[in-house]
Amino acid sequence: MLPLLSLTIFTPLLGAILLALIDHREEAAIKAGALIISLITLAAALMLLILFDPGSPLLPFRECVPNAATMWFEECYAWIPQLGIRYHLGLDGISLFLVLLTALLTSLGILVSWSITARVKEFMILILVLEAGMLGVFLALDLFLFYVFWEVTLIPMALLVGIWGHERRVYAAVKFFLYTMAGSVLMLLAILALASLHLSQRGQLSFDLPDLQRLSIDAGTQAWLFLAFGIAFAIKVPLFPLHTWLPDAHVEAPTAGSVLLAGILLKMGAYGFIRFAMTLFPAAALAAVPLMVALALIGILYGALVAWRQADAKRLVAYSSVSHLGFVMLGLFVMNAPGMAGGLLQMVNHGLSTGALFILVGFLYERRHTRAIAEFGGLWKVAPKLSLAFLIVALSSLGLPGLNGFVGEFLILVGTFLHQPLWAAIAATGVILSAVYLLSILRRMIFGALDKPDNVGIADLSPREAVVLATLIALIVLIGVYPGPFLERVEPSVSALLEQVEAAAAAQTLSLTGR
Amino acid sequence: MFDTVWLLLLTPLGGSLIIGTLGHRLGRRGIALLACGVVGLAFTLAAVGTLELLKLAAEERSLESTLYSWIALGDFRVSASLLWDPLSSTMSLVVTGVGFLIHLYSVGYMAEDPGFRRYFAYLNLFIFSMLLLVLADNFLLLYVGWELVGLCSYLLIGFWYQRREAALAGMKAFVVNRIGDFGFALGVLTIFLTFGTLRYAEVFAAAPQLLAMGSATATAIALLLFVGAIGKSAQLPLYVWLPDAMEGPTPVSALIHAATMVTAGVYLVARTHVLFELAPLAAATVALIGVLTALYAASIATVQDDIKRVLAYSTISQLGYMFLAMGIGAYAAGLFHLVTHAFFKALMFLGVGSVMHALANELNIQRMGGLARRLPITSLTFAAGWLSIAGLPPFSGFFSKDEILAAAFSSGHMLLWAMGMATAALTAFYMSRHFFLVFLARPRTSRDARRVEHAHESPALMTGPLIALAVLATLGGWLGSSLESYLEPVFEVAERTSSITLTSGPSELALITWPLAAAVAGIGLAWLAYLRGAIDPVRWARRLGPIYGLLKNKYYVDELYDALLVRPVVGLAELLAGVLDQGIIDGAVNGIGLVLQLGGAALRQVQSGYVRLYAFTFFLGVVGILVYLIVR
Repeated sequence: MLPLLSLTIFTPLLGAILLALIDHREEAAIKAGALIISLITLAAALMLLILFDPGSPLLPFRECVPNAATMWFEECYAWIPQLGIRYHLGLDGISLFLVLLTALLTSLGILVSWSITARVKEFMILILVLEAGMLGVFLALDLFLFYVFWEVTLIPMALLVGIWGHERRVYAAVKFFLYTMAGSVLMLLAILALASLHLSQRGQLSFDLPDLQRLSIDAGTQAWLFLAFGIAFAIKVPLFPLHTWLPDAHVEAPTAGSVLLAGILLKMGAYGFIRFAMTLFPAAALAAVPLMVALALIGILYGALVAWRQADAKRLVAYSSVSHLGFVMLGLFVMNAPGMAGGLLQMVNHGLSTGALFILVGFLYERRHTRAIAEFGGLWKVAPKLSLAFLIVALSSLGLPGLNGFVGEFLILVGTFLHQPLWAAIAATGVILSAVYLLSILRRMIFGALDKPDNVGIADLSPREAVVLATLIALIVLIGVYPGPFLERVEPSVSALLEQVEAAAAAQTLSLTGR
Repeated sequence: MFDTVWLLLLTPLGGSLIIGTLGHRLGRRGIALLACGVVGLAFTLAAVGTLELLKLAAEERSLESTLYSWIALGDFRVSASLLWDPLSSTMSLVVTGVGFLIHLYSVGYMAEDPGFRRYFAYLNLFIFSMLLLVLADNFLLLYVGWELVGLCSYLLIGFWYQRREAALAGMKAFVVNRIGDFGFALGVLTIFLTFGTLRYAEVFAAAPQLLAMGSATATAIALLLFVGAIGKSAQLPLYVWLPDAMEGPTPVSALIHAATMVTAGVYLVARTHVLFELAPLAAATVALIGVLTALYAASIATVQDDIKRVLAYSTISQLGYMFLAMGIGAYAAGLFHLVTHAFFKALMFLGVGSVMHALANELNIQRMGGLARRLPITSLTFAAGWLSIAGLPPFSGFFSKDEILAAAFSSGHMLLWAMGMATAALTAFYMSRHFFLVFLARPRTSRDARRVEHAHESPALMTGPLIALAVLATLGGWLGSSLESYLEPVFEVAERTSSITLTSGPSELALITWPLAAAVAGIGLAWLAYLRGAIDPVRWARRLGPIYGLLKNKYYVDELYDALLVRPVVGLAELLAGVLDQGIIDGAVNGIGLVLQLGGAALRQVQSGYVRLYAFTFFLGVVGILVYLIVR
């Protein structure tokens, strides 16, 4: 069988190398080339979706040590055998849609960057390298490999913000880089600690996730390691109060950067919690539930309230991400199937709707060179298609039933309610607040009087722009009306993972009390 | 059956999508034909479906059809399924029937509007959403329709989006409804937690076993659902969005904010009456909120001068009657009033639209008068609505209101009955005032008189629906008994448990006399004040200063909410965004960065390149280690 996962990861990397060979003056060729490469990657990701068969039992790990965890299209080779580092990839229902989302948003990100004129070649190369890194993060099952991919995403994103950003781009890029780097260092230390634990317990180094999941770690160590991983992931999510790098990075980033940052990079944090923090330290994760839920709930309300008072459209969308990711984290940490599946769905939904919001704000910035909400008003009159897209996307973001956001949000509420009704009630007030800030931005930007002379000449969507938004909106509607294909692929993996966490936590408590 | 109900539901959606995407190629005529055509077709389908239902035995009149599984995750399973029973078919007939007439009217009313296409795309979408709401066979699908009608309401209130007030009013409606939906969502979640399903049939079948009469869970579920109903149906204390909703085009006020959408809360209570039966406290709350709202809104309506807002408060008040009926278990009577209200209130709103059409969108009734001569069809048809809501026989409103008041009387709660009766008198008064000032009284100034002289009757496209609705408002009362026997199987449980029967109460005649007296008193007072001139309203307003001011300013509730709710939340948000987020949290982050930077600058001094400094440091280090080893 073809190494499909490697092909998916390395297509953009290979493409980046090919682009490097083209003369930098051939901008059209570079753009077209980048688009084609990203579309090939998207096609590869779609192959994974088609071949992924939720009906048949999942394949267990075969080439590495047999394990209860279940993965598809697995690849496992020794990479640095002396250190026990493996090149180990695998896909399950949890990562499948994040891989698809990555491939899709990269293609769309390239399409919306058509207007870039400075250093086109470097820009496109960085985007493709970034894509490879993001795909790797979602597919790696060896912690060292995961860490490598994790860091691979950091540098291109910092450069995208720092070079193609707006006025305060260097400040934002440095802040982003240092902030996430601080988390990464903690994670690296924790990974090294895990490997040495494996050495002491099993007599050899290993960074392999299934190997490490079978370690028995006492509660105190678990707590420390969970904290180290948790801080790295929480910064990425970002979880309140570690979020202040996000608005700065978003405001300064070029549109494609914002789209990938919000759409994918934030999800790497949430994904890290599920795949690594929960399964490696189940007892600590269960013990951390109240803390994580509290931070998630604060994030939901805090993000929404702060978003409401922003004068800059991009900052508003950035803070709305804090609120939405609070919902995601809430769903993940109530530790039941509806919550976790809802959280996963909401990760995808947020990528689609917030990605679209950033794209819309970016389109308006290209036309007016401002992001100040007060500078707009009455856009429906001059740009009805753009305004309609804005309306639909905002409705998706505020969780209107019939669109995607509702399904994810409601599943999270169901999961939360089963766990603790009061938490669900608090989270549900966030649903009221999301209507407040999203309708308020609609009212101030697309409705109202067209009273600014500069807005009179605003052009409606071009065909290229319309294609980008229509793609996102089609998915927004599809997931809202028919989420079945998503849920039926996600459910087995989520159930397996939850069982694994509970069983491991129970086993650990047992072994600790029995000692 | 399967095909008919789904076709009924999806036809208006198709109309909306076609108009939205291809409307610019159809032209106005094409759009008008398509928009009215799909709603007309939907009405026909609803009628066919109702006839099919009538062919079945009464207890078999409940058909479900599933299209697909919508959300399935573990035990949480919800499918896209519809329920066709007497209740949903009645609602469908009202929605598509009144909806069709209002679509027709709108073709005339909106003829000159540049947003013609957008208007009909929204209006068809509304019909679809409302049908989804009433046809859903489970709570979550109901919720979809519930929020989609809210969306259409938002879009149509803010239809003239360039007006700041319209955009604000649309947003207010959506947000206030979301507050209600907050309760509704928690209610749905509690239902799932309790029953493990969201399908009506399963929930209602299991309810008597799983919920003890009057248990906390039953009360919580019923009250939470009712919070949703309060928002959607504009009851105390969440009614504040409806008067502002009058910013939308008048036919929208007729369809959405009078005849159909705002009755969704009443429908919800009727649909879930099994749960309310198990929660007497919740049912009592429904009745009390209903009658309080009825009286409260009617009192405000007595002094308002905006031709549409009077009707808006009147709608709030009439919805209160319907909730009163729901709360005391008179479900069929409440729905009967829902139907007649749809007729006479839609009629009056459309009549107002015709008046605005004739007077260049004038809204102040003090600046009108004597329009009966200039607008004969409008005024005659409006009179049918006026007499109906005022409660004079043989107009429809008399019968339906009378049944509710009779039920309140026989329920034994004299306070509810008395408040309902007071509302009836107030209603007759303010609607008569409205009718007299607009159509019969002499214009107050000569300028107004000249303008009235130039008023012209609306085109046939607008007067046609007025006539049709006037016929329904006049004769609709005769539907009562057949409607109630048709609905009976749905409310069977209620009939068994509730003790309300008219035979045990006082004689029918005595019960009719009271509301009739109230109506006559109200009309008579308005006649003395506004036509006869025997009472001077201005002087009375001065004499009743504080009370008049309170009513005129709508009890200052908007101001109260602003001071107690909106401003504190805005202040909190400002505080979080400014002080906490940028000052403290981000300040701390940048502070750490600064400390590191300064520390680095200090440490940089150490990296001076002077070998003697390095040697000295090295020496110090060695000494330090030695000291440590010795001391240890």
